Amino acid sequence: MSAPDAGALPGNLLQSLPRDADGPVFAEPWQAQAFALTVQLHAEGAFTWAEWADALSRELASDPEDDGGRYYHHWVAALEQLAAARRLTGPAELADRTAAWAEAYAHTPHGRPVELLELSPAPHPRLRPAT
Amino acid sequence: MAHDHHDHHDHGQDPPSDIALRVKALESLLVEKGLVDPAALDAIVERFEHKVGPRNGARVVAKAWSDPAYRERLRQDATAAIAELGYTGGQGEHMVAVENTPGMHNLVVCTLCSCYPWPVLGLPPVWYKSPPYRSRAVIDPRGVLAEFGVTLPAEIEIRVWDSTAEVRYLVIPERPANTDALDEAALAALVTRNGMIGTARL
Repeated sequence: MSAPDAGALPGNLLQSLPRDADGPVFAEPWQAQAFALTVQLHAEGAFTWAEWADALSRELASDPEDDGGRYYHHWVAALEQLAAARRLTGPAELADRTAAWAEAYAHTPHGRPVELLELSPAPHPRLRPAT
Repeated sequence: MAHDHHDHHDHGQDPPSDIALRVKALESLLVEKGLVDPAALDAIVERFEHKVGPRNGARVVAKAWSDPAYRERLRQDATAAIAELGYTGGQGEHMVAVENTPGMHNLVVCTLCSCYPWPVLGLPPVWYKSPPYRSRAVIDPRGVLAEFGVTLPAEIEIRVWDSTAEVRYLVIPERPANTDALDEAALAALVTRNGMIGTARL
């Protein structure tokens, strides 16, 4: 972001609108991952962009009190729903895999890359190391 | 993912947040099924963190200011005119350039979600994605502009453009006075992101 934009928003705006003059594009790595997954699934033809916008709109509409801080949470929820609707994955499989990752973190010593262990009852046994 | 090395257990790591785990689960499943390529994911993040952003749009605006023939092409077919500068790709497939004039100010919003012209502006700022902006830009554009420090005389008409999944808008601000001597690069430096959304005047 160039100088003219920095700090351009006046104080009274902060009361009703969040500001981000020149922060990073993504606040946390998971936001970048969720964004990239969506763009790539669309590029691969898993859904049209109109379908994506529709799914995201529905999610955002459920949370009118959000100040923008939960935007990517809604993004992830919309992506999970669309992935389930397209039968790319589903809630049970996602829940199993999320638990498997939590377990993998808990069992991986510090300084080692976290990899999925062969101990989860995930329906897809062909597990790969985390990249 | 950052880890706090002062507070840990000998036998494992603290897991990331629930939402981060959910994304990790989704990504690992989709990669495993061959539905997405991890290298492609990395390339997408790299592109949006480092390659696309409002400087692209600023070059389009500066060229429109300096080159009447280009400005006319931008009016006729903004997508093609923008592609001349090499800015193409997702969410820029159908671009419309809207020009500010002494009597007309343009403001862009996406009331339903966050549609935004990625190739020329990068990803939208937080406020653009927020419910207050999305709902109020259409109902009370003058009030919203005032909150951005832009007070327009009543005789200036405001036109609000609601982006969709198909059509994206780029505001071409008025060229600032006393800039006749500047070349395109110097002009581009005057163009701000908010100016190209319509929440700033230059």
